[in-house]
Amino acid sequence: MDIFYFLASFLLVRRMQKALKFSILFPKWQRLISLATWGIIVLYIGVVASLEDYARDIIGSAILLGLIYYINKQRDFESQRAYLVANIPLIVMGVINAAVAFILPDFYDKYKTFFGWATVVAFAWIFGKWAASRKQEEELRISTERRAELEALVKERTTELSKQKDELQETVKELKSTQNQLIQSEKMASLGELTAGIAHEIQNPLNFVNNFSEVSMELLEEMVEELEKGDTEEAKAIAEDVKHNLEKIRHHGQRADGIVKGMLQHSRASSGQKEPTDINALADEYLRLAYHGLRAKDKSFNAELLTHYDTTLTKVNMVPQDVGRVMLNLFTNAFYAVHQKQKTAGPEYKPTVELTTSSGKKSVVIKVKDNGMGIPDAIKDKIMQPFFTTKPTGEGTGLGLSLSYDIVVKAHSGSIDINTREGEFTEFTVTIPI
Amino acid sequence: MKILVVDDEADVQPLFVQRFRKEIRNGEFEFSFALSGEEALQYLEHAHSEVVLILSDINMPGMTGIELLSRIRHAYEKPPPVVMMITAYGDDENRSQAMQNGANDFLTKPLDFTLLKEKLKTFTE
Repeated sequence: MDIFYFLASFLLVRRMQKALKFSILFPKWQRLISLATWGIIVLYIGVVASLEDYARDIIGSAILLGLIYYINKQRDFESQRAYLVANIPLIVMGVINAAVAFILPDFYDKYKTFFGWATVVAFAWIFGKWAASRKQEEELRISTERRAELEALVKERTTELSKQKDELQETVKELKSTQNQLIQSEKMASLGELTAGIAHEIQNPLNFVNNFSEVSMELLEEMVEELEKGDTEEAKAIAEDVKHNLEKIRHHGQRADGIVKGMLQHSRASSGQKEPTDINALADEYLRLAYHGLRAKDKSFNAELLTHYDTTLTKVNMVPQDVGRVMLNLFTNAFYAVHQKQKTAGPEYKPTVELTTSSGKKSVVIKVKDNGMGIPDAIKDKIMQPFFTTKPTGEGTGLGLSLSYDIVVKAHSGSIDINTREGEFTEFTVTIPI
Repeated sequence: MKILVVDDEADVQPLFVQRFRKEIRNGEFEFSFALSGEEALQYLEHAHSEVVLILSDINMPGMTGIELLSRIRHAYEKPPPVVMMITAYGDDENRSQAMQNGANDFLTKPLDFTLLKEKLKTFTE
């Protein structure tokens, strides 16, 4: 039985050697470990040769205890502490054995087998504990490894996501810039649409200015002739005519002036300033501009224009160039719709665009109705969305209605309503509160 | 000679009347005016035998000048009235389209009245 203590010590020392075998600390302890190993063997032989049973027990336990104590103190063996604790039951058994054998020898002799077995169990306990410790150590090692793996994965993934986030941010920036470009090009496009119409519109009044001027010059020459003839009545009649002509010249000059001003306003970036505006005049101007603009582009284009203006309307506070742009957009869309229908309809079809202004509840109402293709239910909700268009690529930016929506609803607190039947008609109703 | 002038601009009327005052005064020409293709056709319905010359603008809302031209050519073949197109758009496409539809002549705005008077003279002779 005493062999167990020495055996445990021996095994403990071997354990320590094993633990350090591949460590850099090995050279430091190598000598001491070899010494201890041989020392234990020698001590055992000595103890067996010289001492009684219980004395051997106590010496063996003391050696084991001492060993444990010493190793525990060493920082280098910190990782092996679990193995030390396992030996304690054996040490306790050793002390008990020696104490009982010394104090109550008869009792001891009577239950020697029992004590023997208890010691064996205590010894075996060491291995059990060691096995458990090994298992724990292994599990710890595996979990540490796994944790390291996961951390590496997480780091990798985080870097990937970071990169993706940066890329997406770049893309968002690009898209915003592209969107701004498209909005600008839509504004330019609507300006371009106006140009042809405006050029035509200006040409008419200018023609009158020129023609009436020329005619007036001829008339004045005639007048001089009549005066020389003495026919003052005729001369007066001619003077009347000249007066009327000059009136017409003034009228058409002002017309051209108004058109140019309107054009400048449209091209100028909207100041957002609201001013009292005559909605009838605005709508009429843009209707004619839109019409001529389209005619300039496509000579086969033709439509009947019906207008119903409510003459009792008062001026309404609004940003004229913005609302004008809305009108232009609605008219252009209406003309497009009837033009498309005309391509497939029979000769009986009369493309018609109708403009109506009226007053609503504390608001002014503008209706643009066309007898074109109408809007299918499926896309009715989408048409106000930015970039949505049914026109072939390159023909429309799809921004017209969404910009109109922004202008009417957001800037003027108004509303745009759509009433349509596919294949028959579409009516846009714009309401602007006074 | 009865001349029908078709143009959506109302001021065309005093312009023509003044420019041709002499001719109107000595009965050479007699002018009527229509503000749209539809109005022109309505007028021609009862006066077509008298109207010898029609001067029409091309760009008008509703019925265009070209459309009016083709209708006149189909409806009034004997005798076919002389039709001259007047327009601000003086490009080749417009011109060829007008000629294809049977126009006798093609004039651009601003109207050169001297030229017009000369052309009209060739018809009265």
